[in-house]
Amino acid sequence: MTEVRTGWETVVGLEVHAELSTATKLFCGCRNVFGEEPNTNVCPVCLGLPGSLPVLNRMAVELAMRIGTALHCRVQPSQFHRKNYFYPDMPKDYQISQYDVPINADGWLELPGGRRVGIVRAHLEEDTGKTTHVGGGGRIHEASHSLVDYNRAGVPLVEIVSAPDMRSAEEAKAYVDELRAILVATGVSDGKMEEGSLRVDANVSVRPAGSDQLGTRCEIKNMNSLRSLGRAVEYEASRQIRLIGEGRTVIQETRHWDEGAGKTGSMRSKEEAYDYRYFPEPDLVPLAPPAEWLGRVAASLPRLPAERRAALAALSGSSPDSDAVVTVVRLGLDRLVEAAPPEHAALALRRTANEVASDTEAAARLDARAFARLVALEAGGKLTVAQARTVLKELMRRGGDPEEIAAELGFEALDAGSLEKVVDEVVAAHPVEWERFAAGEDKLAGFFVGLVKKATGGSADLGEASALLRSRRGG
Amino acid sequence: MPSRITPEDVKHVARLARLRLGPEEVQTFTAQLAAVLDHARDVEALDTAGVEPTAHPLPLVNVLRDDVPRRGSDRDEVLAEAPEVEDHRFRVPRILGEAP
Amino acid sequence: MSAREIAAAVRAGATSAAAVVEEHLERAEGGDGEVHAFNSLLADHARRAAVAVDRAVAEGRDPGPLAGVPVALKDNICTRGIPTTCSSRILDGWRPPYDATVVRRLADSGAVVIGKTNMDEFAMGSSTENSAFGPTRNPRDKTRVPGGSSGGSAAAVAAGFAPLALGSDTGGSIRQPAALCGVVGAKPTYGLVSRYGLVAFASSLDQIGPLAADVADAAVLLDAISGPDPADSTCLAGEAPRAAERLDAGVDGIRVGVVRELAEAEGMSADVVSRLRQAAEALAGAGAKVDEVSVPAAVYGLSAYYLIAPAEASSNLARYDGVRYGLRVEEPGGDVTEMYEATRTAGFGDEVKRRVMLGTYALSAGYYDAYYGKAQKVRTLIIRDFDAAYESFDVLLSPTAPGTAFPLGSKTADPLTMYLNDVCTIPSNLAGHPAISVPFGWGDDGLPVGVQVLAPALGETVMFQVAAHIERLAP
Ligand SMILES: [Mg+2]
Ligand SMILES: [Zn+2]
Repeated sequence: MTEVRTGWETVVGLEVHAELSTATKLFCGCRNVFGEEPNTNVCPVCLGLPGSLPVLNRMAVELAMRIGTALHCRVQPSQFHRKNYFYPDMPKDYQISQYDVPINADGWLELPGGRRVGIVRAHLEEDTGKTTHVGGGGRIHEASHSLVDYNRAGVPLVEIVSAPDMRSAEEAKAYVDELRAILVATGVSDGKMEEGSLRVDANVSVRPAGSDQLGTRCEIKNMNSLRSLGRAVEYEASRQIRLIGEGRTVIQETRHWDEGAGKTGSMRSKEEAYDYRYFPEPDLVPLAPPAEWLGRVAASLPRLPAERRAALAALSGSSPDSDAVVTVVRLGLDRLVEAAPPEHAALALRRTANEVASDTEAAARLDARAFARLVALEAGGKLTVAQARTVLKELMRRGGDPEEIAAELGFEALDAGSLEKVVDEVVAAHPVEWERFAAGEDKLAGFFVGLVKKATGGSADLGEASALLRSRRGG
Repeated sequence: MPSRITPEDVKHVARLARLRLGPEEVQTFTAQLAAVLDHARDVEALDTAGVEPTAHPLPLVNVLRDDVPRRGSDRDEVLAEAPEVEDHRFRVPRILGEAP
Repeated sequence: MSAREIAAAVRAGATSAAAVVEEHLERAEGGDGEVHAFNSLLADHARRAAVAVDRAVAEGRDPGPLAGVPVALKDNICTRGIPTTCSSRILDGWRPPYDATVVRRLADSGAVVIGKTNMDEFAMGSSTENSAFGPTRNPRDKTRVPGGSSGGSAAAVAAGFAPLALGSDTGGSIRQPAALCGVVGAKPTYGLVSRYGLVAFASSLDQIGPLAADVADAAVLLDAISGPDPADSTCLAGEAPRAAERLDAGVDGIRVGVVRELAEAEGMSADVVSRLRQAAEALAGAGAKVDEVSVPAAVYGLSAYYLIAPAEASSNLARYDGVRYGLRVEEPGGDVTEMYEATRTAGFGDEVKRRVMLGTYALSAGYYDAYYGKAQKVRTLIIRDFDAAYESFDVLLSPTAPGTAFPLGSKTADPLTMYLNDVCTIPSNLAGHPAISVPFGWGDDGLPVGVQVLAPALGETVMFQVAAHIERLAP
C-alpha cells in the first residue's frame, strides 16, 4: 500500500458529533439517557407532535460554550435554523440545527505533537431517533421494514467541524483522541464511541505531494471506533489514489465504511440530491450569551490536555508528545506525577505510565501522597526497582503506607558495603567465569548480576551490582 | 428576480415535498404558482439594500429553560396514535437510503 | 346574553353553568346542520366541565372570570384526548396527548369548551371552503362564505351557538371572518398569547385570538388567555396589557390615522371604503384627532406574506408523514418514501399542496435570497413604516376585508383572487402588531362590514378602547 502512496498526500477533515452530558434533551424536559426501553423518554416536543414547541436547554448552551472556549473558538451570538429533509428517525422531518451563525467559530485544537488543527465551527443541534432494520440481517438495503425509537430524538449534540488540516490516518486518530479527551475533561460529553455518544465522519481527499489544491473529497460515515476511523481513512485514500492512477476521477459523495469487509462503499440511493432549505427556526429566538456568562464559563474550565502535557513535560524533563506524558494525561493521572518530589518527577512519570496506568481502576483510587513517598523511597535507594514495583502493586491493591508495606514484605535495600561483600563472594565462587569476564567477554556480566540477585533474594540494586562488577574488572 | 417557474420546477418541489402530481395537476399548479410569484414581483421595486431581514417580529433573545427533567408522555397513549407499531416502536416500510 | 352577563349570573348563582351549556348545545345541535360551524360538538365534555363550575360556585370557590361561558375552539388548537383535525384528512381522528396552553387557561377561567370549529385546512384560506369536511356557511346569508380560515369560529358566534370562540390569525384568519360574519375578532400582539398547542401554519405569524359578539366580550376572553408561557419561547415575558382596562374611556384626544395605502388598495369595494370613512368621521366627532397617514410598505405585505407563510408552512407540515400519528396510505411493497408520498398526496387538499410547494420553492437552493430573503427584508420595511406612523398616531384605521361575504365557490378557482382578501390584515401579522375588526354598518348587499383598528406592539389597551367606541358609534 505504501508504495502506491509515494508522491501522494492524504487530506482529512473530520466532523464529530458529540452528545452533551445534560440531564434533559435539547428542547424538552425528557431525560437524556442511553439504553432505556424504546419510546419511554418522549413527549409532544421530541415526538414533533402538532402544536408542540421547542424551548432551549440552558445547560446545553453552557456545555457548547465550554467546548467552544476549550477549542479556542469565538463564542458568538447565534441562531437556530431548520434543516429540512424527510427521514423516519426525524420526528418533525426537519432538524433544528445551526447554519450560518453557529455558536462557536474559528478555533483550533493542538495535537500532542504540537500541530494545530483548525476548528471551523462547533454548533448545537438535536439528535435523531434510532432506527432498527428488521430482516435482511439488520442491513438497511435488505430489510423488510424498519422500527423507530425516539428516545434519542432531541438529545443535544455539538457538531464539531475541523478544517481539512490532517494529513494521515494517524493524525485523524490523534485528533479524535485529543478531542475526546477535551470533551471528557471539560465535562461536555462522556465521549463514548461505542455507545454512539461520539460519532465521527471523515472527509477524505488526496492530492499530489506538494500541491496546495484540495482534491475531490468523499465523506465517510459509520466508523465506530478509532481503529475503524484509521482503517477507513487508509482504505479511502488508497482507493482514490488508485482511481486517479487509473485515469478515473473521484466523485464527491458520501460513502459507508463496512467494518467487516474493510471497505468503503457508495451510499447513493435513488434519492435525488438533498436540498435542505435552511431557514431561521421561527419557534426559537436568537441566542446571545452575555459576556458575564461567557466569563464564568471560561473561568470554570479545567486545565486542558495540551496544557497538562506541557506542564508534565516541563516537570519531568521529557517531551510533551512522549508516550509516557500522553498516557498519563489521557488517563488523568497527572496528580500522581505532580505530587512526587519535583527532583524525582521523571521517575514518578515512568512509574505512573508503566505500572500505574496498567490498572486504571486502581489508579483512580491510588493515594497521591503514598505514591509520592514510594517514589522517594525508590529514588533514595531505600528500595530497589523490583521492590518498588512490588510495593506499588500492593499499594494499588489495598492502599496504605509504602514504608509499612515494604517492611511487611521484608524489603530492605542492601547498603553499598554489603552489596560489595556479596559481589566478592560471587566472584570468588566462580573463578573461571570471572577470568573470561575480565578478559572482555561482556555477556558474562548478566551471569554475575543474576547470581547477585539470587544471593540477595532480589533486594539488591542490580544496576549498582553491575557497576561494581565492572569497576572491579577495571572498566 | 429569477425566471418564471416551470413545470419542471413544480415537479422538483413536489418531489422535495413528498407530493405526487398528475400531468394535469403539474400544469394547473405551475400556472397558479406563477401567478402568485408574478404578483410578488412588485417587491422588486423596493430598495432593500442594507435592510436587515426580520425573522422574528419581536426582538427577544436568550429564552432558556433549566436543565430539569419533566415527565414525558405515556408510551401507550403515544403509540395508540401510530398507524403501525411493532415491539413498542413505530413501524415503517423499508427505507432505501441512509440518512443524509 | 353576553359572555360577561353569563359569567356574572353563574358566579352569582342566578343561573347554572349546566343550564347555560345545555341551552347552547341545543341551539348548536339545532342550527349547525345548515351552518356547519363545528367539526365536533363536545356535549359530554362540556356537560362535565359545567358540573365542575357549578360545584365550585356551590362550594364557594372562585369559578373564574368566564364561569360557565361556552367557548368554541378552532380545530387547530390541541385538546387532550379530543380529535384535533385542522380540517384535514391527514389528521382525521388524531387525539393529542396534551392540551394547548390556551385550553388550560380557559379551563382555569371557568369557560366551557363546547366544540371544535371548522376551518380552512391547516388555516390556509379565507373562506373555510378548503376544509376536508365541507365548507361552513355564513349565518347571515347561507349562500355565502363566513370568511376564513377561522370561519367556523366566526359563524359559531354569529349564529349564537357560543358567545365566545377562539381562532388563529396568520394573515387575517380571525379578523376577516369576524368582519364577514358581523362579529368582533382580534389578533393580539405576536407573543401575547402562547402558541403551545396551536398546530402551526406559519410560526412567525400565527397568533391565537378571541372572537365574540362585542368588543368587551372579546377583551375579557383575550385577558383570560394572554400572558407568559414557559412552553413557548416566543411568548412574551412580563405582565400582559389588559384589553378590558379602558373600554369605557372614550376616544377624546386619541390620535387615529387612516392608512391611505390600505383604504386605496387593489380590489377595495366602494361600500367598504365609505364605511371606513364614516367610522373615521364618527371618531372625529367623538373627540378623536383623525388624519390620513401613509404606511408605504404596507401594500407589499401581501407579496411578502405569500412567500414567508408558505415557506414556514412547507417545513411545519413536513411532519405529516404517516409514521407517528394520523393518516397513513401505503401501497403493497412500497418503500418509506412511497408511503410518504401516498400519504401526503391523499391527506392534503389542493390549497395546502399549493402552499407547501410554493414555500418549498421559495426556500430552495438558488431562490432563497430572491424570495424568502427579500420577503424578510420587506417585513423589516413594514415594521419601520409602522413605527414611523405610530410616532404621530395612537392607533391606525383601515378596512378589514376588501368586500363583504362572497358567494360560496366564487373565488375558489383563482387562488390569487382569494389571497387578495388578506391585503389589509397581513401587515399586522408581518409586524407582529395587534389589530381588531369591529362591525360597522353594512355593505350595499346588506351584509356586515368590518373596520380594522391597528395598534403598535402591546397596544391592546388603547386598541380595545378605540374599538369599543367604534362599536358604540356604529350605525
Ligand atoms: Mg449535523
Ligand atoms: Zn421530549
